[in-house]
This record gives sequence, structure tokens and C-alpha cells, in this order.
Amino acid sequence: MDLNDTPEQAEFRARARAWVEAHRDEAPPRHGSHEDTAYIDARRAWQRRLAEAGLAGVTWPAEFGGQGLGPIEQVTANQEISRARVPGILDVIGVGMLGPCLIAHGSDEQKARHLGPLLHADEVWCQLFSEPAAGSDLAGIHTRARQGDDGRWSLTGQKVWTTNAQFAAYGLLLARTDPDVPKHKGLTMFIVPMDAPGVSVRPLRQISGEAEFNEVFLDEVMLEPDAVVGGVGNGWGTALTVLMFERLTIGFGSESFGSPASLAAQIAADAAACADPEVRHRLGQVITDFTAVRFNGYRALTLLARGQIPGPEAGLAKVTMVNAAITATDLGADVVGPEGLAEDSEWAYLISFLPGLKSAGGTEAILRNTIGERVLGLPAEPRLDKGVPFSELRSREKEEVA
Amino acid sequence: MNLALSDEQILLREAAQTALSRHRTIEAARAALEDPAALPDLWPTAVEAGWTGLLVSEDRGGAELDAFDAMLVAEECGRVLAPVPLLGVLPATAVLDRGGHAGAERVAAGDVRAVYVPARPPCSLEPRWTVEPDRGMTRAALPTASVSGQEVTLNGAVAFVPDLPGADLLVLAAAGEDGAPVAVLLDTGADGVAIEAVTRYDATRPLGNLRLNGARGERLDADEDVLADAWYLAHALIGAESLGAVQTCLERSVEYAKERFTFGRAIGSYQSVKHELVEMLRRMENARGLEYYAGWARESGPDEFPLAASAFRSAAGEALDFAARAMINVHGGIGATWEHDAPLFFRRAELSRRLLGGTRDATDRVAERTLAEAA
Repeated sequence: MDLNDTPEQAEFRARARAWVEAHRDEAPPRHGSHEDTAYIDARRAWQRRLAEAGLAGVTWPAEFGGQGLGPIEQVTANQEISRARVPGILDVIGVGMLGPCLIAHGSDEQKARHLGPLLHADEVWCQLFSEPAAGSDLAGIHTRARQGDDGRWSLTGQKVWTTNAQFAAYGLLLARTDPDVPKHKGLTMFIVPMDAPGVSVRPLRQISGEAEFNEVFLDEVMLEPDAVVGGVGNGWGTALTVLMFERLTIGFGSESFGSPASLAAQIAADAAACADPEVRHRLGQVITDFTAVRFNGYRALTLLARGQIPGPEAGLAKVTMVNAAITATDLGADVVGPEGLAEDSEWAYLISFLPGLKSAGGTEAILRNTIGERVLGLPAEPRLDKGVPFSELRSREKEEVA
Repeated sequence: MNLALSDEQILLREAAQTALSRHRTIEAARAALEDPAALPDLWPTAVEAGWTGLLVSEDRGGAELDAFDAMLVAEECGRVLAPVPLLGVLPATAVLDRGGHAGAERVAAGDVRAVYVPARPPCSLEPRWTVEPDRGMTRAALPTASVSGQEVTLNGAVAFVPDLPGADLLVLAAAGEDGAPVAVLLDTGADGVAIEAVTRYDATRPLGNLRLNGARGERLDADEDVLADAWYLAHALIGAESLGAVQTCLERSVEYAKERFTFGRAIGSYQSVKHELVEMLRRMENARGLEYYAGWARESGPDEFPLAASAFRSAAGEALDFAARAMINVHGGIGATWEHDAPLFFRRAELSRRLLGGTRDATDRVAERTLAEAA
């Protein structure tokens, strides 16, 4: 049992650290407004440099600009980037999830056209999956793609929770191409140019007042037949690939929510808080949870280093992390009092941000369902939609609420 | 990065399963509720398996394995509620061995039973070394030691010492004239030593109250760090026992949730039941991650061992509290009766959370270490 790098990993880490140390002064700030074009441009340029230095897209094959290495090296690179307190890549979703999906399911032309600009942030991508009426039950999406006699597709519908849509060049979109078959079967994945006529993006304000997400409206957006990824009717399988990579991205991202160190420093500086048994108890629980997540991350890295992919139980780390972060930020602000909710307080932003994070990448309830069924082998809840054509489901729903 | 069991550790765990399976420990746990004599004596099993010398160095006849290996064995004992006196013997041998004492060899060989008398290192809210009190939240002072050369005369009392009945030797901390703790080896047959065997709620966990009236023991060459290590080692071991018990609670509950039907379907298909089971799994996995941390820290990062062992005990203890109740919930009424094994695990949880300062004290120690680091 050890926490050290193998000689090869150590060499990779040394190279990553040397590059980051040499260039950290040229990095943009880690945080900035996503509505600030100059800031976004600086982040694009920084992503290009990270990719060229071999610190982004580490797991991508060399022919697409990657390093052809394993996830353990990508995690190492992320750790070094995070250690130097410089920002990572701008397009985490594109490089971590959508690019790998194109590599797995895209045509040669799609790969040749899109992967380079994606990795270098010349073209940022967004994920157009969730809809106002389909989140946990993603296969229930309504956005409709109809094929005309000329083979071209016309897309109409609405997507939501779309990160980076305001400056994305392309979106990977899941649409319904056949409503007369059961819902998982009638789906198809498309590449949508975000500047196509009929695409409109509207910012979605969150609790904090900031708009980190968007709604995306599609009104008879016309696409060529070659916009399809992975074949017509195969959209669900293609989407599952993206969700598998999402698990890796969330599980091993350099993001951590709510720094235990700054919480501890704040309490340590307050003699009354230090001696308060309840404050101490909550702090002890939070640190215990954060530490458990850290070491379970190391266990998962051990699997990755052996070429195994972590299973759905990795989602439990997200549940623990988000809830511990909520306890930590509440505790941090409790110790400060109302001033902890001041606009420039380090707690206020997180207090606003975390309730939504509970549902990001799947609600906590749906994660617990998946883990109960796939890890513990518990029987699934009986379903009323099995084998039923989507169009019939829709009319049943309408009858029930009528 | 390698946080996985080695082949040797997998073998050690399997050997423990095999050795324990020869005793019907869960049946014995039920029988012992009415007749304490029904509890099997697993000391010979521990000696035969080499567990008594697990932490003793090879040149004293031990296996010289790591605390993590000891935790793996403790986990297997916890899974089947086996009353192997690891909490008593292992920290005792750690102190003896680190103090270079020949007694470690006799314990490793199984000739004598040694038991560790837990003493809690100070923290900012309680700046003395303390022991378990008879009752209440005020910690008790260490027994006093009057030292003359290698001979120590002891006076005082310690309540609720795990595995105390049947011990031949005690390894304990006593307060010297300057208040600093002194490590002492004491023969339980010596004059002025009184041991009262007690059982509280969990029949699988023999406890003892110790009284010392001018008892004479031998000063051990072990400093405060060694005594503190023994306290955290005991926490890591009770954490591992708890984790093992959680695993059984989860396995039995999942099994039942698949075969018990209500309203035409297995109860495990209901979200409320499923989510409770997943919560057991989540807590178990968190405790398991911290078990690795505690095991790693004792060998490779001793400065972090107090934090790691405390975090592990905190997570594993809370996991067992949750799992023992959840097992009863999932089984419905039958889970609250002697017809089922659930009450045996519940009893284990209820006593474990109150021993060695209690689970809450371990959580507080995590905060203590974190704040000390941040200050």
C-alpha cells in the first residue's frame, strides 16, 4: 500500500510540474465572468497551451492531438495544474466527455473536422441533453428531429442546464427521431452548429444571481445528414458513452467544492468557535467525509492504474462530497454570522451554488436508484414505460393530468 | 498509487474467515445473552493463527505485520461478532514491542494474555491524560504512579476496559509525580489488583473494571508517543470491527430485500428501502476508504495517524449505528426480535459507540487535529 507514483508516473508528474511552474505567470485568473469575452478568450488561449504542453486531452489518442496515455496521467496533470493554482481547461465537458464520445462513435470526417479545434478551444462545445421535462428520465426527451425527403433534418425543441452554450461553437444534441417506438429506441445524436439559424441561447439565472447555465431553444434548425453521430436510432447508446465519461470527469476532476482548509482556518481563528462542541462535531464530520472521499479517490485511481474503470459506486463519492460541502459552507457561515452571507464572502457563493449541484449529473435520488440496482443488485422499480411507444406514453400522460 | 490489498493480505483475510468459521460465533452471541459461559474462548484460535504476535517484531517471535493487517483480521472478527480479544492484546503488544520488552515474546507465543488499558491523550479541551469514568461525561484521571527505579506503585481505577477478564498482564498508563504519563506493565496476580468482570448489553464484548491499591508493576521503556499510538491503534481496531459488522448488516439486509415481497413485488424495488440500503453502502465505502488511510498512516505517515485513526473510527462507528438500525428497519418487526440476528448487531453498535471515549470523541479528535494544523 503506498500513495507514491510509479517511476513512470513520477517522470510524467515532474514534466507536468516543470511546465506549469515555468508558465504559471502567463496564466489567466482561475475565476472570472463567463459573460466577459476577454476573459473567455484568455481561457481559450490557456487551454490551447495546456493541450500543446500535453496536459489536456492526455487520454486522447495521439492522432487527435492527445498523448495516448491513461486516466492516471490525466489526473496527475490536473493535480499539478491545481497545485500551481492556475486554471485548467475551459471546455471540461468537451474535452472530458463530448470529444471522447466523438472518438468512440464519430465518423472519420467528424473526427478530422472537430477534434483538433475542440481540444485547442478554438471551438468550445456544449452538451444538449437535458430538457425541462426530461432530466433523470433522460430517454424521455421531446426535442424532435424530422428527416425531409432531401435527407436533411429539421430540429425543434428546448434544452436546459447547458453550460458554456453562450460561447459554444457546437453542441452534441440528443433528439427523438422516431416517437412510434419505445423511448430508448427512437433517439439519435446530432452535432449542432450553435450559430445555425433557429438556435437561440438564453442565460438561466441561478440562486446566486449569476448565469452559469443556459436554456437553448431550437426552432426548425436544419442539419445535413452527416450531422448524425453513431447512426440514426442509436442515440441512447451514444448518450451512455457520454455519461460514462461524465462519471470519470466528475469523479476525478480537479474541482473540489468548499475548501476544508479555509473552513478550519476560519474556525481556528475564533476562540469561541474552537471550544464549541457542536462546531467541533460538525467540523470533525466534514473533515472525515472529505478525507473519506479523498482516499476512495485513491482507491479508484488504483483501479484505473490497473486498467479498470470505476463502476457506478463512484457516484457515492459525489453524494458525500456535495453534502459535506453543504455542511462545510453552512458551518463556515454560521461561525461568521450574517456577514457570512455578504456578497464578497467566500461562503455566500457556495451556499447559493451547492443546492443545484445536488442534481448535477443526475439527482441524488436517481443516483441512489442506479447504485442500488447496479451495485447491490436490488430489483428495479416496476416501470410503466417498458416496451411502450413514446407517442403512446405521451398521450397517456396527457390523459392522466387532464 | 497503490491502495489495494496485496496477495498476502487477501490470504490473511481468507485465513481469518476460515479460522472463525469453525466457531458458530453468531449463534454463540445469542446464547451468551442468557448464559455468558456460552461465549467461546477464541484466545487459542488467535494464538494458532498468529494474531497475538501480529504486531510483534520477528526477532521476538512475532509476524511483524502492519496495523492494516491487524485491521483486516479485526474486520473479519466484526463480521461474525467473534469475541477475539484483539482490542486488548494488539495495542498491548505494540507498546511492549516498541518498548523492547521481552514480554512481547511471551504474548506472541500465547503463553500469557496481555491487555491494553486505554488512556486518552490530551486535547485542547481536556489537557490531561484521562481514562474511562464509571459513568458520566467527566473523564477520569489516570491511576497515579509512584516510581522508584524500574518499580512503579499504582493507585486508582479504570472502568470498562475491553477484554480485561482473564488477562495475565496489563499494559497501562499512569500519572507520574509530575503528571506525565508513565507506561507500566502489571501482573494481574499482583497484590492490590482487583478486576471486576462486567458485561454491558453486548454479550460478545467482555469488559472489566480495574482497581489498583498499591499494586506494584514494572516501568516500561515507552514514551508518550508510544502510549498515544496505542490509543489510536485501539480506535483503528474498533473501527475495523465496526466496519466488518456493517458489511454483514448490509449483506443480510440486501438479501432479505430481494426475497421479501409486499404488494406483489420485492421490497428492495421500493425506493425508500433501496435508498436506505444504498446509504448503508455509502457509509461503509467511506469507512473503508478511511481504513486504508489509517493503515497507510500508521506505517508511512505516523504524524497523520491520530487524525486517520480517529476519522476511521468516527466514520465506521457512525456507519454501524446507521446500519444496525437500518437492518432492523428493512426486516420489519422480525428484525426487532431474538428470532433474528439483527439485535445482536444492534447490541454491538450500541456498546461500541460508547467505549474508548465514544464515537463522538473520535469525531472531536478529528476536529482537534484539523484545528491544530490550521492554527
